Amino acid sequence: MHPMQLEVLTPEKKLFSGEAKAVQFPGTDGLFQILNGHAPLIATLRAGDIRVETAQGATESIAINGGVVEVSNNVLSVLAQ
Amino acid sequence: MANLKELRNRIASVSSTMQITSAMKMVSAAKLKKAQDAVTQMRPYAVKLNAVLSNVSATLDASENPFAVERTVRRVLVLPVSSNRGLCGAFNTNVYKATRALIASYEAQGAQAEVWGVGKKASEPFRKLDLVTSDFNATMGAVSFAGAKEIGQKVMEAFTSGQVDAVYVVYNRFKNAAVQEVMAEQVLPIAAPAAEGPAAQSDYLYSPSKEEILLDLIPTTIKIQVFKALLDSVASEHGARMTAMHKATDNANSMRSELRLQYNKARQAAITNEILEIVAGAEALSG
Repeated sequence: MHPMQLEVLTPEKKLFSGEAKAVQFPGTDGLFQILNGHAPLIATLRAGDIRVETAQGATESIAINGGVVEVSNNVLSVLAQ
Repeated sequence: MANLKELRNRIASVSSTMQITSAMKMVSAAKLKKAQDAVTQMRPYAVKLNAVLSNVSATLDASENPFAVERTVRRVLVLPVSSNRGLCGAFNTNVYKATRALIASYEAQGAQAEVWGVGKKASEPFRKLDLVTSDFNATMGAVSFAGAKEIGQKVMEAFTSGQVDAVYVVYNRFKNAAVQEVMAEQVLPIAAPAAEGPAAQSDYLYSPSKEEILLDLIPTTIKIQVFKALLDSVASEHGARMTAMHKATDNANSMRSELRLQYNKARQAAITNEILEIVAGAEALSG
């Protein structure tokens, strides 16, 4: 299975684009984590940090101010603000 | 024959005007590139947002949506997006005319109009008519999503509180550096997203519910719509200014060569005259 792709977009620029092993989101209903091969999902996000475990094993943190995430075909698209 | 000094002065003044217009043209060309990049940056976001939105709203009844309520229009809010600076051809006049036409069509139906200026140039005439109730001219100085967000929020408040029944944004859509197209777009009430074919993927998980996601997304789409109008307008402004300054430089150039020709003719005539006088003088002496 291909590694999971993560894209974090804002209207002004691309904050992150690349492969990830696991991604933790600040969901409106609480923190949740997405692993490789997740079922299709649409969830809203509140302000907080997206914590990305990259393919190399490093952890990256991306601050967002709310938004929405769509998971489909192992591609995670985050529309942040 | 015009006098030499006068012509020299005019040539100098046309030349310095030409320097200014050609510098402005170059500055606009550089800024246009930046503005175009911003438009391109925003596009994937807008496309994705629309995809998500149509996915969520495909199976939902939009009637409960507070941003889609169709009321009889008694007060219409128009946001003419223009620039804070002139010297860009018909750019601002076009926005003004389109706004004027839109307002007139609503006034004919007995509705009142209200204008929120975004950019000085097109909203200034409405200030004289006492239609301007708020302005966001500073936003046009440096367009950012934060600025668009603020405008979007205020517009939504005005709509949901019942202060206005319809909101339009009038702006120049960027086609290419030489062509801008004036658009009057309805922002609120939002049109129900067109159902694009069958709801193909209904196996999505939603967190929280679809309804709540939709309510969260709609304000974002409105802000994005405003942001897109601002970015397009900025790109169009620089395109329009570039074209206007290019023409001005060309005109100055042809004017200068005409003046040069006149100057040279006058100079030659003066020299011929002097020689004639000298020869006549010498002849008188020898005769």
